[in-house]
Order: sequence, then structure tokens, then C-alpha cells
Amino acid sequence: MIRVDGIHKSFGSVRAVRGISFEAPDGRVTGLLGPNGAGKSTTLRILYTVMKPDAGSASIDGHDVVKSSLDARRCTGTLPHGAGLYPHLTARENIAYFASLCGIERSNIEERVENIVDLLEIKDFADRRTKGFSQGQRTKVALARALVHDPQNVILDEPSNGLDVMATRSLRELILKLKDAGRCVLFSSHVMQEVAALCDDIVIIADGRVAIDDTAEGIREQTGCDDLEDAFVAAIHRVSPE
Amino acid sequence: MIRTIFTVFSKEVLDNFRDRRTLASALLMGPLFGPLLFAFVINLSIERSLSDVEKTLELPVLGVEYAPTLIDYLKSRNLKIIAAPEDREAAVASVKSGLHDVVIIIPRGYGEQMANGIPAKVELVSDRANTAADRDARRVRNVLYAYNQELAAIRLSARGVSPLVLRPLNIDDIDVSTASGRSGILLGMMSYFFIFAMLMGGMYLAIDTTAGERERGSLEPLLALPVTRDRLILGKIIATCLFMALSLMLSLISFFFALKFMPLQELGMTPNFGPRVVVAAFFLLAPFILLGASVMTLVASFTKSYKEAQTWLSVVLLAPTLPILIVSLLTLRPRLEFMFVPSLSQHLLLIDMVKNEPVNVLHVVISVTSTLLLGGLLTWLCARLYRREGLLG
Repeated sequence: MIRVDGIHKSFGSVRAVRGISFEAPDGRVTGLLGPNGAGKSTTLRILYTVMKPDAGSASIDGHDVVKSSLDARRCTGTLPHGAGLYPHLTARENIAYFASLCGIERSNIEERVENIVDLLEIKDFADRRTKGFSQGQRTKVALARALVHDPQNVILDEPSNGLDVMATRSLRELILKLKDAGRCVLFSSHVMQEVAALCDDIVIIADGRVAIDDTAEGIREQTGCDDLEDAFVAAIHRVSPE
Repeated sequence: MIRTIFTVFSKEVLDNFRDRRTLASALLMGPLFGPLLFAFVINLSIERSLSDVEKTLELPVLGVEYAPTLIDYLKSRNLKIIAAPEDREAAVASVKSGLHDVVIIIPRGYGEQMANGIPAKVELVSDRANTAADRDARRVRNVLYAYNQELAAIRLSARGVSPLVLRPLNIDDIDVSTASGRSGILLGMMSYFFIFAMLMGGMYLAIDTTAGERERGSLEPLLALPVTRDRLILGKIIATCLFMALSLMLSLISFFFALKFMPLQELGMTPNFGPRVVVAAFFLLAPFILLGASVMTLVASFTKSYKEAQTWLSVVLLAPTLPILIVSLLTLRPRLEFMFVPSLSQHLLLIDMVKNEPVNVLHVVISVTSTLLLGGLLTWLCARLYRREGLLG
């Protein structure tokens, strides 16, 4: 379970995140939705601990992302935006490398990798070097890599970017599988339909602030819009009227 | 701790070994290209300086008919007299244009002046600005001086005066340089080849640690793993060191073989570069590996892209030459304080070894410890910088 409590982050004079709070509980899919530059990636980067918040706090399964970042990372699987692979290693070697770094026992690594290769259906190209992989194949391997240590929390930054219909479909299936297994899934997107189809809770972010945090139903009610896209636009206008 | 570092290390080694192009430039370019080029240049210069002494020099002489004795003398000194341009002006012009390196002009009055015992005029036309031509001119000039001395001695003897009057000084030029010592001058630049090859060997990995990982998009996933960044960077720097050590070893070995194809003995040089010196040189230069790896990693961490990192690192490749160059230009002898300067200390100690001179143990200790300490300090700095957020670019 992920908890974010009033975090702020600025880059020079740009205030990317200004007081974002929300919760992503276990067994649910939480969508972080917002236009480009709203502060989604920065929020997620703070959560997977490559950045520190200027103010506020965040925790994963009770581990503060600043004070005990190592513990927070241990129970999180992360797919950063545009995650890249090592082109000279095979898909399997890429996954095994991360498994080893996550501290999985050497004797168990092979089995773990095998399981995740099955789960993500990447067997066909698992033993090829990742140089020249399609975007869909790359994302799948990067996801496998992120999930190899069986994390309770999963953070995905725009995972469907550049994926074709089939790849998006299997990504969606995977996210639902994780949810059914009681995992906490938090992912960001700027595509309303995708979020609506998948998420139990939607956090709409604009201008570094939370515009609305509710279920799809709740958002329709709050904004008085039947169409989710209209609701999205209406919600954004609440925080940044211009 | 150790396991994580080893995991990163072995992944980097595997990754680098699979990258053929990188591997070729790391382990072939530096170690092989350097010594080969070196051997080629040395062979060329040796051939030139050897040929100067032995080769018959073609010497155009204008007015051969006026000085038959002088001509005989010139011929006896391995000079081949050939036909000269038709007059004095043409002779001067031919030297000016570079057609001839040196021309001798014997004026019509030579015989008469000689017979009367007044200094007989002989003109030697050369172009002193042309260094290559001047070597031949000097040789001819020396032959003329010698002839001059010989004639003077004969004339004095004829008047009953000892020719020794002309030699108030008996100058004996004693050259203390040994054959190995002379090699040192020529081989002085090879220490830079080793450092260059060493740096080349680790350059790609050093870039990959920061700029490369970032450009590929693999840095963020890596940093999001439950691993402290110190261990990541240590694993990467150790892998960089391994490739640098490999490259250094290969270049020492290739140099060992390259020297066999250089006719150094003909120049009276016997560089002390046997298998034992090769091993000693490896351990002498090895402390520089950590320093080089950390400097390259450090510089690359400030760059935005792989390309930019390559540009900056080519400057780093040249940096170790600077102290060597300064000391070589000023021809300074090894001093204690020089041993605190990395690259310079290795250079000076290596030269001592190649010259077969006793190597000062204190100097070695200072060189090794100061270079290692600096390398350790910079590695620590790399680790510090690896923690900052700006790393993500």
C-alpha cells in the first residue's frame, strides 16, 4: 500500500509538484491521470526513491521513501518511463541481473526468471539479445524485470506508451492479474479511456496538485459530466482555470 | 555487499565482452596500434640515421679540373663526385630550389692560390634552414675541414715545425651513456603509450556507468532497485579497472614483441625490456588504473550524453601527457617531489627501468601510494556524485 502525504518538489523555479496527497491501497488499481507536465512522473520518481521530496512525506508499506528508502524499494517493483534494457544481454539475462541485485538466492534465480517469463508470455524471445526488440517486447521484458522479486507494490510510469493494441491488451490483463493477487498497483497515464477501463481509483493531477481523487463513478458525479473525458477536462479546470 | 558488487561487475564484464566494436577499440586499438606505430616510426628514423654514415653521398662539384688532389681526397671519404650545374649562379639556384642539398664550387684561381701558399677559396653552397639537407652539408663541411687540417700539418712539417703546434688542446670526448641509457631517450615516450592504452581499455565502461545507462534508459530502473548506489558504482568501476588492466597487459606484451622488430642494437641501444621488466612495469603502472577509471567515470558523470562524454574523455586521454611533456622539455632528472605526480612518476620510474638504472625504492613507494590514494579519493567522489538527483539528467 502506498501513501503520499502533501509532497512538494521544485526544479529551480519550476514547481513541479505542490502538495500532492493520495493513497493507493492493496488489491486495487490506482490510476494517476493528468496532462503532460502535470507532475505525474515526478510524483512517481519520489515514490520509487530516485528523487527526494522538498516537503511532505510518502511511504510504501509503512516504509518512508526518504528515511528507509532501501526497504521501500525492496517491496516495490518499478517500471520507469521509457525504461531501457541492456542490448547485449538476452531478455532472460536482463531479468536475472535484476533478480540477483534484488537479493534473490542464486539457486532460486533460474526458477524465478522462468516463472516470470511464463507469466508475461515472453518465452518466444526470452533467449534472444534484446537489441532490436520491438517496443512491446521491450516493455514486457522491463515489466518482467520489475516484477521478478515478487513485489507487493507495483509502480508503472506510462506503461502503455508506444504499445500496439495487442500489447496494451496483455498489459491490461497483467495489471488485473496483479490486482487479483492482492497487489497494490499504481500507474500513470494521460489517456482517460485507459485509466477508466482499468482503475478502481483515479487521481487526476493538474499543475502539480490533485484535482480529484475518486472512483470513476464518483468523478462523474462530482463533475456532473457523464462522459469521463469531459469530467477529466472539468476536473483539470478546477485547479488551473486558465 | 560483496555479492551485489560482484553481480554488477560480472554483468558489466559480460556486457562489454559481447560488444564487439567496443571490445575491439578497447583491447586492440590501444595495445596493438600504439606499439605498431611506434615500431614503424622508430624503424624509419633509425634507417635514416644509419644510412647517413654509410651511404655514398653524391656531391656536385663545379670546377673539378682546378683541384685534382682535393677531388681525390673527397672521393676517398665516400663522396661521389657528380656533374654540377654549369656556372656559379645555376649552382646556387639548384640548392635554393632543393635540387641539390650541397654543391662545392672550386674557382679558377684555386690552383694558383694553393701554389702561392695563400688561403685557397672553396665555396660550399647549402641551405641551413633545410634541416634534412643540412645534415649532408655538414658532412661535406667536415670533410673539407679535415682536408684543411691535413694540408696545414703537411706544410708545417715541410718547414720543420711539428704539426702538434696546431693542436694546443687535446680534446677527448667521453660519452658516459650506456647502450641502455641511450634507449631511454628514444623509449621515453612509450610510457605514455601504456597509459593511453590503459585508459582506452576502460573508456567505454566509464561512460556507460552514467551517461550510457542514462541514454539507454536503464539508469532509473537500476536505481529503483533495493541496492545502495555505492555498490553499483563500485561494481562498475572495478569492471572498468579489469578492462584497463587487460588493455595494459596486452600493450606491454605487444611492446615486448614490437621491440624485437626494431633494429635498436644497430644504434647501440639495448632497451632493458625483458619479461621481468614487463611484469615489473605492469605493477608499476597498475596503481594508475584506479585513478584513470575514477577520473573517466567522474568526467563522464557530468556529461549529458554518450557523445558528449566521448568528447570530454578524449581530453582526459591527453591529460597524462602534460606532466610528462613538461618534464621532458625541461629535461629534469627524477626528483622526490615528482613521485607525487601521477603519470609523471610512472613515466620516470619506467624510464629508469628501461635504462637499466637502479630504481629508487622510496620513489616507487611514493608513486604507488600517492597514485592509489588519489584514485581512492576520486572513486569516493564518484560514489558521492552517483547519489545526487542530477544524475538522472
